[in-house]
Amino acid sequence: MRNLVAVPVILLSVILQSAVISRVYLLSGIADLPLVMLAAWALQEEVDSAWHWAAATGLLVGFVSGIPWVVPVFGYVAVVALAQIFQKRVWQAPLLAMFSITFLGTIIISLLSLFVLRFSGVPLPVDDVLGSLTLPGVLLNMLLAIPAYAVMRDLARWVYPSPEVE
Amino acid sequence: MALALGGYFSSASNVFTVSLVNLQTWFSARFVAIQDFFTSPRDIASLRQRNAELEGELAELQAQVIQLQQEVGETQILQALVDFSRANPENTYRAAAVIGRDPSPFLHYVIINRGSNDGILRGMPVVTNQGLIGRVDAVIADAARVQLITDPASSVNVRLQNAETEASLVGSVTGDLTLELIPQDINIQPGDLVLTSGLGGGYPPDLIIGQVVNVRSRDFDLFQQATVQPVVDFNRLEIVLVIVNFKPVDISPLIPSP
Repeated sequence: MRNLVAVPVILLSVILQSAVISRVYLLSGIADLPLVMLAAWALQEEVDSAWHWAAATGLLVGFVSGIPWVVPVFGYVAVVALAQIFQKRVWQAPLLAMFSITFLGTIIISLLSLFVLRFSGVPLPVDDVLGSLTLPGVLLNMLLAIPAYAVMRDLARWVYPSPEVE
Repeated sequence: MALALGGYFSSASNVFTVSLVNLQTWFSARFVAIQDFFTSPRDIASLRQRNAELEGELAELQAQVIQLQQEVGETQILQALVDFSRANPENTYRAAAVIGRDPSPFLHYVIINRGSNDGILRGMPVVTNQGLIGRVDAVIADAARVQLITDPASSVNVRLQNAETEASLVGSVTGDLTLELIPQDINIQPGDLVLTSGLGGGYPPDLIIGQVVNVRSRDFDLFQQATVQPVVDFNRLEIVLVIVNFKPVDISPLIPSP
């Protein structure tokens, strides 16, 4: 039953991404709200459903977007994998881990998109992509990282309440 | 009495009345001061209440003004679209609102709130009153995804009105539009109008796209290139028109495979 909370959260994040976030440009780059929320969710210690969230979010974004579905699915799963690795190694500094995952996750999804679209025959100059999309996207995602982490931490505490110590 | 009527007491009565008036003034001033002291808190409370009521009314009126300004803006857009459809009676249009953009920054798509339930089909061209914006790429029951002409995968066959030549208009990841495949012997100038040519069957002919802003011509290139300024502001798309009576032609089976 706890996993059902993923449905409204994922839907809301994808709707916000399509309706609001994707209209706010820095050069040609935009923030990736589902990525940041997934990273923040996967970093919470008590959460055990981040893989399902990643797959569901990737499929939903793949449905809404014109980009091949493999990009968001594998991209978001890679973000969760990164978060699992960082959570075990940088567990004392969650914000540092959050920033690192956001940075690396944005780069991974950007490179994956570039590779898949070029393979599909879309002419994408690498320097344009890195300068106009990836770097502005990294900056915008970093700005979203702290509020997203705070929101998802509160959500995780609400969904997985810690047992009271007597 | 006789002395008083004779005016012999006038100085004494003046002194009396002046003293009386001064005394009354003194009492009156003190009374008013005391009355103000006791009544002013009630006035402040009532003024505060009145102020809050007026502030509430002001906020309500400001909200109404914003709503009315928004409605006026929408009405102006719709009026322009109606004028456009009247000026182009050969086409049948279906108006749709833009409700979202592609979540990926790599692609330039918008999502509209009309789908197959409204007769929208894949490949139908989408315009505004200013010019072409793209074509329908995917459709579900109540929504559709439109590929903009600024998308890096988009390619539109166009003609230059002044130069009487045809070319290919391609988008880019930054949203810039570039004209390609312009023969070297064609003289094109900044300001030349770019229209759809209708070749290839993907778009109807003579839809306005934009103007040439600069030309890149090098002697060792096979073709010239030109940058095009679109007439449509793709960042401010709100309401669009889908040309529903246009049936795109798929010529891919006719293209010989290598």
